[in-house]
Amino acid sequence: VNSDGKPTKFQPPPKPVIIDKRRPQEERRFLSPEFIPPRGRTNPLKYYMERKDMIQRRKVFNIPEFYVGSILAVTTADPYASDKVNRFVGICIQRGGKGLGATFVLRNVIEGQGVEICYEMYSPRIQAIEVLKLEKRLDDNLMYLRDALPEYSTFDVNMKPVSHLDHEEVPVNKLQVRMKPKPWSKRWERPQFNIKGIKFELPEEKMKAAQKWSKPWLEFDMMREYDTSKIEEKIWKEVSEALRK
Amino acid sequence: SITGVCQAIQKLTRVRVVDNSALGNAPYHRPPKCIHVYNKAGVGKVGDKILLAIKGEKKKALIVGHKMPGPTMTPRFDSNNVVLIEDNGNPVGTRIKTPIPYILRRREGEFSKVLAIARNFV
Repeated sequence: VNSDGKPTKFQPPPKPVIIDKRRPQEERRFLSPEFIPPRGRTNPLKYYMERKDMIQRRKVFNIPEFYVGSILAVTTADPYASDKVNRFVGICIQRGGKGLGATFVLRNVIEGQGVEICYEMYSPRIQAIEVLKLEKRLDDNLMYLRDALPEYSTFDVNMKPVSHLDHEEVPVNKLQVRMKPKPWSKRWERPQFNIKGIKFELPEEKMKAAQKWSKPWLEFDMMREYDTSKIEEKIWKEVSEALRK
Repeated sequence: SITGVCQAIQKLTRVRVVDNSALGNAPYHRPPKCIHVYNKAGVGKVGDKILLAIKGEKKKALIVGHKMPGPTMTPRFDSNNVVLIEDNGNPVGTRIKTPIPYILRRREGEFSKVLAIARNFV
């Protein structure tokens, strides 16, 4: 009871933050894919110098962790926009390029019109990158969203950021997308694309006929092997130490 | 459109008229097609003027978005969008609901009237 004599308003107890102390609380390690050098015979000095520049940029400007399938909001400096800034919200459908030329493509459907913008991650024109929803999808490349029904590419421009804990694993959205009727821009049912995120409503004969183009020997091809685990370890140590300073 | 992506807008590309003009939105058994691009190269990008064949008539139009990827940081649209225009540059329609790229503002002098009727920018 209050000092006034009136009963106090019921304050619900604060929600308990469940920290499972049995499992080791490791911070999730994420090395952005553009740090990993491509396979080739170029001098590693070139990649070292590029990494130095990338780290320099990241010290000044925060590029958050995101994956293909996360929803981002990017504000760029645009001399032709009113307020000189241009904000675009979209789902990341592709991350390409290595080094300073790394790009990511955001897609959204505005007023019934599908729009895609390819942003350069290290461009000085970018003022802010905000992750509204951090999640992964079943595929690394969501280009098939162009041929999917537009509801799967529409995202609210004013959506609020969805919070995500640092130490938990990134949630994988096992959404199976429904497609517009064929013809599509690419024959996504073919095994070369290896797409798991589409609900194919094609007849069985078409799916079997698509398997004619499968190359089951490719996964055993030793000349195509590129083991990046050791390179990643080295680069992760280098980058995390440099960013911590 | 049914054919795959090619070099932005050139002769015989089917386009989509995005303003609210009567000529652009009236149903016709043939889609509006480009018959000439006012350019040294025959390929039209955002901000180029083209000649359309709509409903058996010839009409000039301004390209406001195409399916071909352009320079980075510029938007790429899922359809080839076009705004009908008179010979002196005045737009035929009164409103454009589809998003227009900000790049068009570079030539504010020529396209001021088209930019004035546009609602959304990307």
